[in-house]
Order: sequence, then structure tokens, then C-alpha cells
Amino acid sequence: MDRKNLTGLYFWQGNTACAEGAIAAGCRFFAGYPITPSLEIMVHMNSRLPELNGICIQMEDEIASMAAVLGSSWAGRKAMTATSGPGFSLMLENIGLAIMTETPCVVVNVQRGGPSTGLPTLYSQSDIMQARWGAHGDYEIIALCPNSPQECFDLTIKAFNLSEQYRVPVIILIDGFTAHMMEKVTVADDNSIQIVSRNQPKQLADISVDSKPDNLLVPPMANFGQGYRTHTTGLTHDEHGYPDISTEAQNKLISRLVDKIKLNSDKIVITEQICLDDADIAVISYGINSRTAVEAVKRARKNNVKAGHLRLVSLWPFPEKKIRELSNQAKKIIVPETNMGQIVREVQRFADSNTQIVPLNNAGGEIITADKILKTIMS
Amino acid sequence: MKSPVKKWIRSNRLPPIWCPGCGITDSLGCFVNALCESKINQDKTVVISGIGCAGRISGYIDCDSFHTTHGRAIPFAEGVKLANAELNVIVFSGDGDLFAIGTNHFIHAARRNINITVICINNFVYGMTKGQIAPTTPQGSITISSPQGSTQQALNIQALALASGAVYSSRWTAYHRKELTYSMKKAILKKGFSVVEIIAPCIPFYANKNLSLNSFRKIKQFYLKNCSICKNISLEKICLQKNEKIIIGNFIDIEKTLF
Repeated sequence: MDRKNLTGLYFWQGNTACAEGAIAAGCRFFAGYPITPSLEIMVHMNSRLPELNGICIQMEDEIASMAAVLGSSWAGRKAMTATSGPGFSLMLENIGLAIMTETPCVVVNVQRGGPSTGLPTLYSQSDIMQARWGAHGDYEIIALCPNSPQECFDLTIKAFNLSEQYRVPVIILIDGFTAHMMEKVTVADDNSIQIVSRNQPKQLADISVDSKPDNLLVPPMANFGQGYRTHTTGLTHDEHGYPDISTEAQNKLISRLVDKIKLNSDKIVITEQICLDDADIAVISYGINSRTAVEAVKRARKNNVKAGHLRLVSLWPFPEKKIRELSNQAKKIIVPETNMGQIVREVQRFADSNTQIVPLNNAGGEIITADKILKTIMS
Repeated sequence: MKSPVKKWIRSNRLPPIWCPGCGITDSLGCFVNALCESKINQDKTVVISGIGCAGRISGYIDCDSFHTTHGRAIPFAEGVKLANAELNVIVFSGDGDLFAIGTNHFIHAARRNINITVICINNFVYGMTKGQIAPTTPQGSITISSPQGSTQQALNIQALALASGAVYSSRWTAYHRKELTYSMKKAILKKGFSVVEIIAPCIPFYANKNLSLNSFRKIKQFYLKNCSICKNISLEKICLQKNEKIIIGNFIDIEKTLF
């Protein structure tokens, strides 16, 4: 697939960088519906995709957008959509369909204040749990969270690669602040950008995961038009893709859909840390608040307080192991979030009961300042 | 040597799940004949369906097939066609799926003139869930959710197709097999957004209660007697009404620029 190589140095907002990351990853289909604060992604894709023989279409609503993304993926084109909270809520049923049919695709949620119409022009980080549990039923999902326009570029490529490798929708949870922030972005040259595409079958029997189990628990994917004549359904199905409404089929299928992410979480989880090795007090954060959290930790160290920072770059699957280890060492863990406490619940779940967990919350619109985080570290 | 018609059916999935005598089974037969006669490439054909009795059809056609969420077959199909224009993309679903929850997508896909075919089984109720009222249920009909008789005007699929800009639209019954097969073939080969509405009342949940007919043979006789084939007629006049003659035919066949 042709990639228009934009190697170089740019001054981009997060949304633009995200769109360019998608193009660098080989995305040649975008279907979306305009919503604040994500619409710049669609506008940018609209200006770039046609010259690359890509398709960018504005659909009548977010539900249609997500359906079209699935259709494109099955026809062999890497596909993406971008929205915000209200649109993401509409897309959930088809995200569930993507999970159940193991359709690779990327969904960007540029989070704004919620619930409902909320704060269209002010950011939040309040859709974290929704990304994990929003669709009905049991499943595992992958969600990534950039904290800079550079990461919007890099993590979008990562998102496409993960979605192709694990045949699962990958959600990119950009907070509205990072999406509209403008910063330096370096686009590496083609040779250093790694791209992963779905495993394709060599014969029909390959698509049935039973016949060729691999470590990843992910069957090869036959695209439409390759002559495999596959049937795919959102109903619980057997290994050939045909409906099988039985307890046995349900347990077999759902266990595999869960295991393919859970058992590979070591390969999927991304975290970043500073000053954590000897830290008594740890700050765990993600997105824009990680920028202020790092500043607070540095100031604390200057005051001889052993503080450290763990940044969650992937939010789902949650880094359980890391939290367990950290809580054995740190006496206090602070979790600043621009929501009423979402990731902190996961931290509480896995942390040692002797560790003090301190949530620092803002319901939407304001970044948790370095001063505030520092105050909580020092108190 | 497989017959040309049998080659389009996943025979290992037969018998189909529909009730004995259901018009969907006959429509499947006509569809497969139409696919054969159209001579389209079987490996480049995709059949997409939604939720409901008619939606199960995608499991029986031997080509790439996809069973989507309720009402979303058309936007899924648009994604397929736009991503690979070489594919023959056919949506085959029911009236509840396409014209209740899915109406919005129908209108916009028609407006765009995306080159797909939409075949709709109109059985007048939500059959899979035991016969609730549907947007296409003729006014006055008795259903499980309108025991006193429905008070809503039936949605006129043909008028909607015209208003939305479809380049081809027809209405036949599952019992007018020759005309239906021919119309399906035309719709499949036609460039642009093409629609075929197939009248096939649900035997247990509609025909029984409203037509006092409970077998395929009796329903076929009824429709062959009570349908009137019209060519030039204002489509707003052909809304399906209880106890009135049913107007069927090929209504729209025009040329327009594709999306």
C-alpha cells in the first residue's frame, strides 16, 4: 500500500498528528460524523486521503460511521473513525460487533466533559470505563492514551498495528486538551515506521482457529473478494463462523476473545516511569495530567521527597502486575484524573491494602495542576 | 456436477430455519436464480443482512456474507463497496430491519446513489420476535402489539425510494416468481442504488390473523388474484392498505451519476 511519506518536522495539533499517524499506518478509509472536539481529524483525512486513493466519507450519524468502518475493514482496507463522548456512546453497539466478529479497526474518542451533551469545548478524561465496558457482554479491549501530539502520531500507528495483530477494535482515548494542543512532531522516515497487517489465510481451513491454534489465539482473516466465501455473524458462532446458539459455543468463543487479549497483555501493556525505583510516594496518571504530574514529582524530588511517576500509555488492558509491584513498595499512590475517579478504581483493585490510594479529581475542564499534585505528595 | 443454481447455495446449511411455506424460502430460490442469470463473479459477491427472519438469508448463500447489527446492513454495505468497488454488494434483509431502525441509512445511501442492491422481504411484522407491528404493517392489522388493530399508516417503501433518489425500485410478491427473479437480476446488474421489495406475509403472525390464510398455496392464490401490475403510477398512491388491491410492478428505472 502506498504511503505518502511526510518525513520531517512539523508543528501540529494532536488531532492532525493522529490523522497523519493513521495514514502512516496504512489507513485508507475514514468514515465519520463531525463532533467537537474531534472533527479536525475528519477534516484532515478528507484533505489527505483522496490523493492517496483513500476514501473519506461523512456518514449520516456515528452509528453508520462505525458500520462503514467495519465494512471497509472486511473489504481489506484499514479503517478508522473519530468522535467524542456522545458519538462514542452511539458507536458502542457496532464496536461490540467488531469485537464479536474480530474486525480490526481504530476508534478515536477525543474526550470532552460529559455526561450527555456536557462540555463540548472543554476536555475531560471521563470515558475510560466506557471504553472498557461500554458495549454489552463480556470482552477485553485495547485502549491507548497519548499525552502529546507526537504521541498522537506514534500511538495511532501502534493502535492500527495492535488491532491488526489481535483482530480487535483499538480505542484511542485522547483527552480534548491534548487533541487541540500544538507541539513539535517528528515524522520518522518510512523505513523506521513498523507496520503490522492482519494474518491472511492460505486456504479456507486456516480461518477455523481450531485447525491451526497459534499462541496468539487469533485466526487469520479472510477479506471479502478473496474467494473464501466466509460467513461472519454477530451471533455466537462456531469456528467456521456459522451461528451456534449453545452454551458450549458461547463458552468456547467468549473465552478465546477474552484470552487473546488477557493472555497477551504483557505484549500489549505500555507504561512509562520516572524516579520510581526508590519511590515511597507514586503518582499514577495518563494523558494531559501526566505532564503536570511529572513536574510535581520533579519538584518533590528537589525537596528530597522520594516521589515517582508511572504513566499509563495503554489504559486497557490495565497493568495489574505493575500496580501490584508498585504498591508493595510505595506507601502512598496518588491518581490525578479529570473525571470523578475511574482509573483509581483499578489501582484500588490491584494495590496492596496497606497502600494509601489518594484520588485527585476534577469533573471536567481543568487540568490537575502541578501545584495541587505536589501539595498532595507533600501532605 | 453441481447445477448452476445449486452452486450458489450452502447446501450443508440446509434446511433453512424458516417456517414451512414461508415466502422467504421462495424468495431465496428466486434470488439464487437471479444471481445465476446475472452471471456475476461468485468470488466477488458479498451478501449482507441484518437481524430478523429475512436476515438469516446471508447464511445460506455461498459467497462472502456478513450478518450485522439490527438496521445497519446498509451502512456496512456502503463501507464494503467504497473500500472495494470491484465487489458486487447486495443487502438482503427484512422490513423491520431496513425500514424501522434502518430507515435513516436507507435514505442516505439512496441519496448518495451508492452502487449497491437492497432486497427487502416485507412480511408485515417482526416475525422473529413473534409478530409485533412493523412500520410496514397495513393500517388496521391485528398483531401481537396491536390487538385492536394498528392505527398507523404503513410506510410506503416505494415512495420513500423515489423521494430518496433510488435509480431502481420495484415491488413484487414472493409468489410472482418469474417477475421477481427478473427484477432482482435487473437490480443486481443496475448501476446505482437499486431496491426490490418482496411481499411475503408472515404465515403464523400476519396472514393467519389478517388474511385468514394459513398456507403457502392459499397465500399464493390470494396474491395472484389480488395484485395489480402497474407501470406508470404515482407512488404515493400505492401505500399498502388492508382490504385493497395491491399494486406491484417495476416503478423506478433511471440513470444517475454514481457516488
